[in-house]
Amino acid sequence: MRSELFSRALVRFGLLLGTGLCFSVAQADTTLLNVSYDVSRELYKDINPAFSAHWQAGHGGEKVTVNQSHGGSSKQAMSVAAGLEADVVTMNQSPDIDILVTQGGLVAADWKKRFPHEAAPYTTLSVFLVRKGNPKGIRDWSDLTRPDIQVIVPNPKTSGNGRYTYLAAWGYALEQAKGDEAKAKAFVKALFRNVPVLDGGGRGATTTFTQRDIGDVLVTFENEAVLIGKEVGGAQFEVVYPSLSIEAAAPVAVVERVVDKRGSRALATAYLNFLFSPAGQEIIAKHSFRPRDPAILKKYAARFPALRVFTVENRLGGWAKVQQTHFADGGIYDQIVEQ
Amino acid sequence: MATSRHSNVLPGFNLALGYTLVYLSLIVLIPLAAVFIKSTSLSAAEFWNVVTAPRVVASYKISFGLSLLAAAINVVFGLMLAWALVRYSFPGKKLVDALVDLPFALPTAVTGIALTAIYAGNGWLGKPLEAIGLKVAYSPPGILVALIFIGLPFVVRTVQPILEDLDTELEEAAASLGARRWQTFRRVVLPILLPALLTGFALAFARAVGEYGSVIFIAGNMPFVSEITPLMIITKLEQYDYVGATAIAAVMLVLSFFLLLVINLLQAWTARRTGRNR
Repeated sequence: MRSELFSRALVRFGLLLGTGLCFSVAQADTTLLNVSYDVSRELYKDINPAFSAHWQAGHGGEKVTVNQSHGGSSKQAMSVAAGLEADVVTMNQSPDIDILVTQGGLVAADWKKRFPHEAAPYTTLSVFLVRKGNPKGIRDWSDLTRPDIQVIVPNPKTSGNGRYTYLAAWGYALEQAKGDEAKAKAFVKALFRNVPVLDGGGRGATTTFTQRDIGDVLVTFENEAVLIGKEVGGAQFEVVYPSLSIEAAAPVAVVERVVDKRGSRALATAYLNFLFSPAGQEIIAKHSFRPRDPAILKKYAARFPALRVFTVENRLGGWAKVQQTHFADGGIYDQIVEQ
Repeated sequence: MATSRHSNVLPGFNLALGYTLVYLSLIVLIPLAAVFIKSTSLSAAEFWNVVTAPRVVASYKISFGLSLLAAAINVVFGLMLAWALVRYSFPGKKLVDALVDLPFALPTAVTGIALTAIYAGNGWLGKPLEAIGLKVAYSPPGILVALIFIGLPFVVRTVQPILEDLDTELEEAAASLGARRWQTFRRVVLPILLPALLTGFALAFARAVGEYGSVIFIAGNMPFVSEITPLMIITKLEQYDYVGATAIAAVMLVLSFFLLLVINLLQAWTARRTGRNR
C-alpha cells in the first residue's frame, strides 16, 4: 500500500511536470487542448499535424500545437467538468457532452446545432467479429441468442461500446417483434445470457476475444474490428455485418468557458470545422470511421459496406430516455441480468 | 500510558501530536468525511435502497468474503515463506527475498493482465486446470488468485522480523523439557507470532478489499457472480451518479473499519496474553 502511494505520488509529480512543460510550450506557440475518448488516439495523431499545417497556411505562418488527452469517455467528461481546461471535447456518445451543459454550463446548450451533422463528424457501427471461416455460421443478431454461442461484449454499465451493442440488439429485436417490448426484453436477455465475461471497455473485450480465445463472436465498433484485422493478424478473424445495426455518432463541441478565458474561440472552432472539411474527412475514412461527406464515403465505399442502420435519436427516443429506461439502476438492462 | 508524558526522555510531545493530527486530518479524515457528507444528500430510504440493492449486496459478499479468504490463505503460506527465508539458507535466497516485494511494486493492471493470461483457458496454468474442471480466470477463483498475489508481502514482511528475533534456544528448551515438535510450534512459537500474523492478516485484508486494478481484468465481472464492490462504485460514477457511488463507498468504509477494529482488538488481546507489549 505504501509503495502504491509512493508510485501515485510519483505519477502526480510527473503530471505536474508535464503540465509545466505544456505551459512553457504555450508561451512559445498557440496551443489547443482536445480532450477525447480512448480509441480516438490514432485518429487525432494524424488529424492534428494536418490541422496545424492547414492553420499555418491560412494565418501567416502562426504555429499551432494541439495537445491531446485520452481516456474513457465518461471519465474524460468528468475531468473537464472538474476543471481540466479543454478547448474542445471530442467524445463517442452525446451524453458525455450533455453532462458538460448541465454541470456548470461549460458547453452551449445548443451544441449540436453549432456544427454540421448534429456536430458529429463521423460515425461507426456495431459489427461482429468472428473466428476465421465463421465456424458457427453467425450471420445476424438472432444467431447470438443460440445456446451454443458465446458472445463477447464490453460491460454496458461502464462502456459506450457496450451500450451501443446492447441498444443495437434491442433495436433489432424490437423490429423483429414489431414493437413488442416484452419480446425484445426476452431477446436481449437471451443474448446476454451467452456473455461469459463483461470487460470494462472495448479494448478489454478485444483482448479477451483475440488473446484469450474466449467466445465465438465479438460485438464491437467497426473501426475496432478493422483495427484488429490489421494489428493482430486478419488471417484469424473476419468481420460479419448484421442485417441491422446502430449508428454511433462521435460528437464534438467547443468548451465555451475555456475558450472565452483563453481567447482561443476562433482556433477551437476552426479545429472542429477542419474535421468536417474534405481533408479531415479523408483522414477519418482512413481510420475506418465512416465519414459524413458523401464524396469521401463513396471514394472509400469498399471499406464501408452499405448497411441498414438506426440511431438512438430516430428510433429509441434520444439518449436521455435511453439512459432512463435502459441503463439507470433498476432499468431494463439491470432487469435482464438479474437471475 | 498515564505516566508516559512524564517519563518521556525526548521533548516535543505536543508538537508531534499536533503534527500527527493535522497530517492525519489532511490525508485521511477530511477526504473520508467528504464521502460521508456527499452520501448524506440521499434520504435514509434512498440510501438504504442503493446500498442494499441485490446486485450490490452480492458484490459485498464477493469482495469481503474473498478478501478474508485470501488473507487467511496468505497467513498460512506467508508464514511458511517467512519461516523458510529466516530459518534456512539455500541458493538464491536473496533473490526469493526480493521477489516477495514484487506485488508491492507491480502496477496492479500488469498483475491483472499477467494473471489473466496465465490462468485463462488457453494459458499455461489455465489449460491444465480447466482440463480437471477448475475454471480460474473469469470466475471467483480468479479474483481469489489476484487477491492472494497482492496480499502476500504484507504477511511475510510483518512476520519476518519477529521470526528473526525468535531465538532457536526457546524451541530447544521446549524440546529438552519433553515437548514434541507440534507442541513446541503450537505452544511456544505460534503465540509469539500471533500478533504479527494478525497484523499481516489485517493489512492483506484491507488491501484486498480496496483492490480494483488487478481484479477487474481477471474477474469476468458477471453480475451476481464475480462483481466486486469497487466495480459497483465505478459503475455508478460512469453514470454520473456520484451520490450513489459515495453511498456504497461509505458502506465499504464502515464495514472495513469495523473488521479492522475487530482484528486490532484481537491483536491487542493476544499481545497482552503473551505479554509482549510490556
